Amino acid sequence: MLDQWVSTGKKATRDGFGAGLFEAGKQHPEVVALCADLVGSLKMEAFIEAFPERFFQTGISEANMMGIAAGLATGGKIPYTGTFANFSTGRVYDQLRQSIAYSDKNVKVCASHAGLTLGEDGATHQILEDIGMTKMLPGFTVINPCDYNQTKAATMAIAEHHGPVYLRFGRPSWPVFIPESLPFEIGKALLLSEGTDVSIFATGHLVWNALEAARSLAAEGISCEVINIHTIKPLDEEAVLDSVSKTRCVVTAEEHNRFGGLGDSIAQVLTRRFPAPQEYVAVNDTFGESGKPDELLDKYGLGIKDVIAAVKTVLTRKQ
Amino acid sequence: MTTRELKIKSVEYRKKILKYICNAGAGHTGGSLSIIDILNVLYNRVMNVSPDNFDDPGRDRYVQSKGHSVEALYVVLADKGFFPEEDLLTLCRYQSPYIGHPTRKVRGMEQNTGGLGHGLAICAGNALAAKKDGLPLRVYTVLGDGEMAEGSNWEALMMAAHYKLDNLCAVLDYNKQQITGANADVIGLEPIRKKIEAFGWAVCEVDGNDVEALTETLENLPIEQGKPSFVIAHTVKGKGISYMEGVLKWHHGVPSPGQYYAAINELDTAFQALTEEKIGV
Ligand SMILES: [Mg+2]
Repeated sequence: MLDQWVSTGKKATRDGFGAGLFEAGKQHPEVVALCADLVGSLKMEAFIEAFPERFFQTGISEANMMGIAAGLATGGKIPYTGTFANFSTGRVYDQLRQSIAYSDKNVKVCASHAGLTLGEDGATHQILEDIGMTKMLPGFTVINPCDYNQTKAATMAIAEHHGPVYLRFGRPSWPVFIPESLPFEIGKALLLSEGTDVSIFATGHLVWNALEAARSLAAEGISCEVINIHTIKPLDEEAVLDSVSKTRCVVTAEEHNRFGGLGDSIAQVLTRRFPAPQEYVAVNDTFGESGKPDELLDKYGLGIKDVIAAVKTVLTRKQ
Repeated sequence: MTTRELKIKSVEYRKKILKYICNAGAGHTGGSLSIIDILNVLYNRVMNVSPDNFDDPGRDRYVQSKGHSVEALYVVLADKGFFPEEDLLTLCRYQSPYIGHPTRKVRGMEQNTGGLGHGLAICAGNALAAKKDGLPLRVYTVLGDGEMAEGSNWEALMMAAHYKLDNLCAVLDYNKQQITGANADVIGLEPIRKKIEAFGWAVCEVDGNDVEALTETLENLPIEQGKPSFVIAHTVKGKGISYMEGVLKWHHGVPSPGQYYAAINELDTAFQALTEEKIGV
């Protein structure tokens, strides 16, 4: 199964968002889009060109954008907001909480440039806390797709899901390995490769690193089960338990602070239902800095070699 | 409803606000008495909204941005028949939907509010959706004067003017006080009229406790075609109860039984004067 996930080239997940938004716009006349002055960065041009009457520029006023989106949702629209992940969450948390989550507004908060891999802009923009913030909001669905095709499919799928969604994606060109034809099921973990020694649960860009690590470990005789958790909330608990009850040890991998991200969501399921040793591949409670995506992933412990090391560590802890 | 009937309603509403706040032992007394005349005119004269059309996308909308003065809104919604008035005996009680800030669990409420600086953007979004759909409805909000320090309001002011949302009306409950003291001592908002005009809105000023003046203003919106309307309603916090008017502690003070009966006496006297006036005409 590992061999089936090969890169067919590199594309950014934000381009997948742009393509998915355009398709969602074609399929659903209620879909509208808003942007806080980052149309080019979010790749929203195709939608805007096709549906100029359904696009609202808000200027650099993210709190306002979230309120406007809540109001548009009240008027029966399905608003997609577009800005960077830091401005989609921390800057507007009270709007997400009160005007959207607490008020159950059908707003799709679409967040680009998440994590370290945005690169050169550095720490202010490299949010590593956004999964934690959004998953704590009652009613929010939190999705972090892993490549262009999955992001495109997720962007289309959320139009058909009623309720607030946080859709997190990134800036860099990244391997495309999920088939375009694969449907996106919100809340359903995607088993990429069956294995017996360890379960690797990965989200976002780190799914590719997990696959590469698993291939390398296979050559050493270590069998990894690789599962793509694209939907962090609601978490596919049964998929987690099915895998861990077999492998009995876990590595989680995410481009996020180790506090509050995917790793903690997995750990919470396991502590309640099937305690097992777990290693985190995540940022160790710090801010980022400027650099190329690969340089940063390497420095902050999110590279392929870090997944390999985490697997080897957790295997030593396995009972 | 005639002006005199509106005046009588305002007195009745004030009595009910005090009744339910005293029963609950909690509430935002001063602010509710400040905005009640605005809500009275909106719901009984201006807006096309009732329990019968509340699910109709074409209804007019009211979102209370200063959510803490919710008791005034509860009393008006009950009077409009959205729910039985006696439900308000559970105000702020465990398991009651009638909590300390607006929620959509209560029929008639359009939006959950409470934290300040949210309502205007939501109303602007709603007004924008209505424009796009060609619905002739209007969207109204009441903002607190202390709330104007929230930056999100100024973001929404810019946006609403840019999109020429003349189906949007914001009413400022300008009672010149907030929880800590006078606006001017906390964070001055003057010259508020010039500021709002500079943001591209049409502005007018009105006595916000005068139902006749409010009717005249709110029935003739927009103030200017192509611009959102901002009504500076000069109000008095605690209006109608002489010992409360302009006295800071009534921001969320609850009257003692003695104070309650004194307040009701004062309102009964006002009520009597109004009904005698009616007979006299
Ligand atoms: Mg005030």
